[in-house]
Amino acid sequence: MALETTEIQERLIENFGSKISNFDQSKDIFTFEVDSDINTAVILFLKNDSIFRFHFLTDLCGIHYPDNEENRQFAVVYHLHNWYENKRIRIKSFLNGSNPEIKSLSNIFLSANWMERETYDFFGINFTGHPQLKRILNMDEMISFPMRKEFPMEDSGRTDKDDRYFGRTTTNQPIVK
Amino acid sequence: MSDSKVNMVAPPEGVTGEGFFATKLNDVVGLARANSLWPLPFATSCCGIEFMATMASHYDLARFGSERVSFSPRQADMLLVMGTISKKMAPILRQVYEQMAEPKWVIAVGACATSGGIFDTYSVLQGIDKVIPVDVYVPGCPPRPEQIVDGVMQLQELVKNESVRRRSSPEYKELLASYNIQ
Amino acid sequence: MSELLLPPEHRYAKIIKERHNEDGSELSILNLGPTHPATHGIFQNILLMDGERILEAEPTIGYIHRAFEKIAENRPFYQITPLTDRMNYCSSPINNMGWWMTIEKTLGIEVPKRAQYLRVIVMELARISDHLICNSILGVDTGAYTGFLYVMQFREKIYEIYEEICGARLTTNMGRMGGFERDWSPEAFRKLDAFLEEFPAVWKEFENLFVRNRIFIDRTVNVGAITAEKALAYGFTGPNLRAAGVDYDVRVAQPYSSYEDFDFIVPVGKSGDTYDRFCVRNAEVWESLSIIRQALNKMPEGNDYHADVPEYYLPPKEDVYNSMESLIYHFKIVMGEVPVPVGEVYHPVEGANGEIGFYLVTDGSRTPYRLHFRRPCFIFYQAYPEMIKGAMLSDAIVILSSLNVIAGELDA
Repeated sequence: MALETTEIQERLIENFGSKISNFDQSKDIFTFEVDSDINTAVILFLKNDSIFRFHFLTDLCGIHYPDNEENRQFAVVYHLHNWYENKRIRIKSFLNGSNPEIKSLSNIFLSANWMERETYDFFGINFTGHPQLKRILNMDEMISFPMRKEFPMEDSGRTDKDDRYFGRTTTNQPIVK
Repeated sequence: MSDSKVNMVAPPEGVTGEGFFATKLNDVVGLARANSLWPLPFATSCCGIEFMATMASHYDLARFGSERVSFSPRQADMLLVMGTISKKMAPILRQVYEQMAEPKWVIAVGACATSGGIFDTYSVLQGIDKVIPVDVYVPGCPPRPEQIVDGVMQLQELVKNESVRRRSSPEYKELLASYNIQ
Repeated sequence: MSELLLPPEHRYAKIIKERHNEDGSELSILNLGPTHPATHGIFQNILLMDGERILEAEPTIGYIHRAFEKIAENRPFYQITPLTDRMNYCSSPINNMGWWMTIEKTLGIEVPKRAQYLRVIVMELARISDHLICNSILGVDTGAYTGFLYVMQFREKIYEIYEEICGARLTTNMGRMGGFERDWSPEAFRKLDAFLEEFPAVWKEFENLFVRNRIFIDRTVNVGAITAEKALAYGFTGPNLRAAGVDYDVRVAQPYSSYEDFDFIVPVGKSGDTYDRFCVRNAEVWESLSIIRQALNKMPEGNDYHADVPEYYLPPKEDVYNSMESLIYHFKIVMGEVPVPVGEVYHPVEGANGEIGFYLVTDGSRTPYRLHFRRPCFIFYQAYPEMIKGAMLSDAIVILSSLNVIAGELDA
């Protein structure tokens, strides 16, 4: 295996210093965190560097951590893949909870376009520099961001299913209205 | 077709004499309608794949007079809604229903079309009967082709026994008005 | 007319205004979908047309957005397979197995060889049924209905095998953590043998019907071609990428479920056009058949069909009534109280349309903290507007069906 994780780690620290942290190889994929202001620089470096050649963006998604401190409430997770060496890496960028904003990858990978739109749709993460950042799966009229943890899964306005039939309310009210 | 295995539908009740057969107009119209239902498949997801099997060689819905799949709502009698209808899709479904000419019938195929199924979420319409009236519900996730065929046969029974005047009755108008359909 | 469809400030309005054709004709806007029958699935594209040629396309998706990822955050781990079924419903077992393998990776469960082989068999059957639908529907879209009617009978045979294995036809919800819910019946193997006996001749006939068919070639060669570079940039995987000439296949790159034991080639195309996509899928069916035969021949002795992990695998019913331990496990599993370590894994499998990935973040509770599905259709469908640019309207339909975009997977 030509591309060792220690090598990746060393070269990244050499180039970006302390802005890259929390290297982790405990599970399947080598993971590290990148400060949100240099995400495009790091990914561009990983893509174009003649040794790294992480040329394929496998996946991009968001995660919401409402219990974290203010500056780490959202994460954007990138999975990159180098097919020459068959090496995957996972990059995380943590974002501010009240104003999640990160630079868009859509100039680096065409495929990032819709994945970022989806992440925006689900979490309200603002990708600056995205050519067309608007909702993709949900209706344009929607105002909330459904994948945030505080958003309920079920539609609150539904009328057909009475919660009392499902044992989901504790109050013992009469069912007949 | 001398040795054919074609099953002829039984004629409606009536009086037979030499050279004539007298029966009610209702029954004749019902018989004709029931055995020539043109389906409009409104397939959105998994159930649509099972409908594909229903239409194809193995199960062959054409045996029940539904040979001609009509993709134009104007020329269809039976709207088969198959699959999840999201809230984004609901206005479109309604528009398709409104475009259909009377008489028209609706079959909700599968759990999603019937009640939202396992997708009890913010984005899914909890049953198409929230936006359009439904005649027959077919359960299953997805229903087997046999079930879909059975749903069509149940609808045929409804159609057979429907009065020709039903569509101009006040009850029917009230039903449509309850869905805000003109 | 166009105001009805699009607001006046839309970019198409500007193009229409500025464009002056020599013969005095005007550009028009055409709304294709979401209920257009030829798109078989709910895809909406607003096309800017010059006569019969497409100049621009603007896709809208999300018409069956069902919030899989939100549901997954509210369901115990074993209740998530029904969701994966409904993603790519043409090849549900691949999704099911992919999900179980993700969970097994998280828990560190080692699945017995025989169960792995059984998984390979059922995944390859799923691949066959998916490619069979895609290619026969492509035939329908180019005007050949017969092939579809013919091979659909054999999809029924595959469904019968599924039924023998798990009781369901389409949305299979197959398998459990660590293996299968029950051993395959002798009838399942008999039906599998019968399928392997009959199907090759049929598939050969189907292939002959199309591969050198003049009409089919005229309709598909150089239609919707995409270069390898573009395909990579757009995140293509699976047969659509291989048709462009890149031999990336997760089964080879990162073998899972003992794919490394089998000998198969990864068919690649050259030009990435519709014809190549057809041929790649066609060839993959032959490879899948060969893998199934190999798996049957190499099948280890015995009747292991699940790993020995009582904490995660439901005990047999008689044990539940007779042994305390089994009763406890039964209760815990049914209530979803299985311990899952904190961590995150990404597990890719080669789905029928490309790399299906499961990115699972766990926080030790009974449900995933976050589960993200990498859905190949969602990712490569964004190339569609570019692929149909300059093509005829009828080509757009053919390109769509050759990409095999599954609405359920697209919209999640």
